[in-house]
Amino acid sequence: MLAFFIRRVIYAVIAMWAVSVIAFVIINLPAGDFVTTYIATQLATGNLVLEDEAESLRDFYGLNDPVYVQYSKWITRILQGNLGFSFEFNAPVRTVLEMNLTNTLLLGAFTVVFIWVVAIPIGIYSAVKQYSPGDYIATFFGFLGLGVPDFLIGLVMLWLILDTTGFLATGLYSHEFRNAPWSFGKAWDLAKHMILPVAILGTAGTAALIRVMRANLLDELKKPYVTTARAKGLTEWQLIMKYPVRYALNPVISMTAYILPFIISGSVILSFVLDLPTIGRDFLRALTAQDIYLSGAVILFSGWLTIIGTFVSDLLLAWVDPRIRLEED
Amino acid sequence: MVAGSQAGPSSDVQERVDPDEGDAKVEVMSQRQLIWHRFKRHRLAMAATVIVAIFYLIVIFSDFLATNDPEDIEAARQYTPPQWLRVFDGFKPDLHVCRLVGSRDEFLRKVYVKDCDQKVDVQIFARGYEYKLFGLTLDRHLLGVNDPEVTAEEAIFILGTDVQGRDLYSRLMRGTRLSLLIGLTGIFISIIVGTSLGAVSGFYGGFIDNLIQRSIEIIRSIPTIPLYLGLAAAFPADWSVERRFFAITIVVSLFAWTELARVVRGRYLAMRQEDFVTAAIVAGANQRRIIFRHMLPSFYSHIIAASTLSLALMVISETTLSFLGLGLLPPAISYGTMLFTAQNVQTVALAPWLLIPGIFVVVLVLALNFMGDGIRDAADPYGS
Repeated sequence: MLAFFIRRVIYAVIAMWAVSVIAFVIINLPAGDFVTTYIATQLATGNLVLEDEAESLRDFYGLNDPVYVQYSKWITRILQGNLGFSFEFNAPVRTVLEMNLTNTLLLGAFTVVFIWVVAIPIGIYSAVKQYSPGDYIATFFGFLGLGVPDFLIGLVMLWLILDTTGFLATGLYSHEFRNAPWSFGKAWDLAKHMILPVAILGTAGTAALIRVMRANLLDELKKPYVTTARAKGLTEWQLIMKYPVRYALNPVISMTAYILPFIISGSVILSFVLDLPTIGRDFLRALTAQDIYLSGAVILFSGWLTIIGTFVSDLLLAWVDPRIRLEED
Repeated sequence: MVAGSQAGPSSDVQERVDPDEGDAKVEVMSQRQLIWHRFKRHRLAMAATVIVAIFYLIVIFSDFLATNDPEDIEAARQYTPPQWLRVFDGFKPDLHVCRLVGSRDEFLRKVYVKDCDQKVDVQIFARGYEYKLFGLTLDRHLLGVNDPEVTAEEAIFILGTDVQGRDLYSRLMRGTRLSLLIGLTGIFISIIVGTSLGAVSGFYGGFIDNLIQRSIEIIRSIPTIPLYLGLAAAFPADWSVERRFFAITIVVSLFAWTELARVVRGRYLAMRQEDFVTAAIVAGANQRRIIFRHMLPSFYSHIIAASTLSLALMVISETTLSFLGLGLLPPAISYGTMLFTAQNVQTVALAPWLLIPGIFVVVLVLALNFMGDGIRDAADPYGS
């Protein structure tokens, strides 16, 4: 187990390094550098920046250094907690990220719970009652959930709600609660606004999980130990819940790690359509404005979170299922 | 759409196939015939294949199918509702649409009223704008009003128009071309990169295999959409349409090749132990012959299945990127750039038909998914 653990830690660290390199490359892709942007903003306000001054600024920020030196300086600053400055929001990147962190985490947590609560029972039902009308309906919606882009569901739902009730279901808080301190009323208001985004974000995740759950359980149900258990007189419910479902849940654990990046990804687009105050929406605004430090930080952290998630799920799987860690050793 | 797309309902089909059903005829079938035979039984996959084929016909004949020039701006006809095609007048077959009469309401907004007493005749193989197909300059279109110099009042807009009065239906036909071409080019790149790296990985094993596999794991651990968006946003907005097209194609194929590499490597490793490979070695075939003559035919269907499923993801990726204004940019016409005009819900409420390209995306993606699943199930004709 220790060897397994160490190997996984090494993989995770290498992956995190690779992601940081990619984030750094993306930050440096747009033409020009920070000083070019600075000169442009100064010009816009009527200040002229002289060539010498620009050069000394470049020296000061180390923009004339070789790329690898720039990278190591950048990553050192990040690890010290200095994420740079966001031009678009005119605030440190850290402040911008912290602003909507709670909303993003809340949305993610609700979505994960939604996916589990909906997908696991439906997956079990679909496998146990294979080829029943319920199974076909679940499979159909599963495919639909995978095939329809999130933003399209969001847009259509928003339109239908607007058309039937005249209510514009955007944002996460009603106007009067936006800056209010937390209270029961605000929580209730948030819950109401959460329903639509959680359901939409959850749809694709649910669809994927139902398919995995169903396929795994079907494989398990064919195995001889199930027949043995049935022969021994276990009720059908005990029989299914006791062994096959537990085995079939293994991939569910590993998939949960992928749910996190999935929600980060999905929320970017959905936040744009539904105007949700999340990091995803800030990220998109940063991208269109070429606010590189903010967008770079989001790419970096969403990548790191994914790797950590995968790492944790690998450990959980190895802990739950001894076959996995034995196979690797 | 990111996770779990690998796990298809592969067991469904196998269940339905009765193992005793195969008669003597099956035994003399070639591998390809066997796969086809098995694929044919999967009705949903067959239907999906027909739909995908129709989409590709649209790619080739988009201008012939279009009724108006997709780039034609008609300020007098913005946001006209769809003029559905009517095939019968009473009981008499008569291809026509109802004329739209535009007027201003009390808020001075333009409103269109359908007047079915005034018919606009629609003809088959009508003359319209000129286009090039297979090197020929043609002006015949499947449907039209048979007048290349048609005025805005007389023109037909089967699926309505957008904010600039451009014909949605004709734009959809043209948009299908770009959206599918991005996918095809992306798949082409992915197949070349994926299969060669996968083959190298499986063939040499050891350190190289480990390196490639770990790299794939790292690439797959990066959240797709933030990376796609980050890369797409870094491309300068003043790039030409073609240059942007290729840049976006490369962005959307960044992940697809990893799946192909894994499939090829997995199949290669599984097949190395097979009896027929051992037989070929014993018979004295050289390495190249074994790989290309004996092993590769068993890969084909798996590669096609993985490519079909990746194609669906690429179409979604392009649509999403362009919808956000970070993928293809106007004047390029694709599903994504068309949906870009339907970005906010107020516009959608005003002109719901702007979401019709979304229906095309959904139908195409679902068809590709079903087709891919069907091929994957049929890919291993010797399985149970």
